Amino acid sequence: MLEQVTLLCGALTGLALLLNLWRLLKGPTLHDRILALDTMYINAIALILLLGTHMGSPLYFEGALLIAMLGFISTVTVAKYLLRGDIIE
Amino acid sequence: MTLGTEILISAILLLGAGMLLVGSIGLARLPDFYTRLHAPTKATTLGIACIVLASMLDSWINHDLVSVKEPVITLFLLITAPVTAYMLSKAALHYRVRPVKRTQNQHLINTARNQQPPKATDMTE
Repeated sequence: MLEQVTLLCGALTGLALLLNLWRLLKGPTLHDRILALDTMYINAIALILLLGTHMGSPLYFEGALLIAMLGFISTVTVAKYLLRGDIIE
Repeated sequence: MTLGTEILISAILLLGAGMLLVGSIGLARLPDFYTRLHAPTKATTLGIACIVLASMLDSWINHDLVSVKEPVITLFLLITAPVTAYMLSKAALHYRVRPVKRTQNQHLINTARNQQPPKATDMTE
């Protein structure tokens, strides 16, 4: 049962990624696109964790941790650039 | 692995994936930027927490592995999601992104936008 549930959860997360992609392409302002990217990396972390559960391997958690850190840094950097016109003053 | 733990892990996984889907539907459907900001920052945090908890339980029960990386991911996302939301809303505030018309207390937007940083002399005293 757990394998089917894992595949179903992967399908739901993929649907969520498609919705984020729609907002990323459509989004009226630049802020919407940044927010859609931010949500996309969180959903990608969930997809990688589901893949690790499905494969039964603990090696995927490092990749998830890396995506979490770099996604946060990139979002904060773009927001800072929008606010000040410069990243490091 | 007994049936009880399998049902428990499946329920937590389904709750997490459902939360992620609800957050993304909110991101795609809500009317303006500030409401769209509210949807994923809460729902995706809870969804990631549930999925991480389920995968931790799975690797603990099925493979006898206990690692500290999964709580670190959850803790990191719990700390950084409000910071991201704050910086994005601050950027949208200064770019004068319009809220929907029925948002209450719209005059407070100007108050927040015109706020000045404290003077340097006040910091030293």
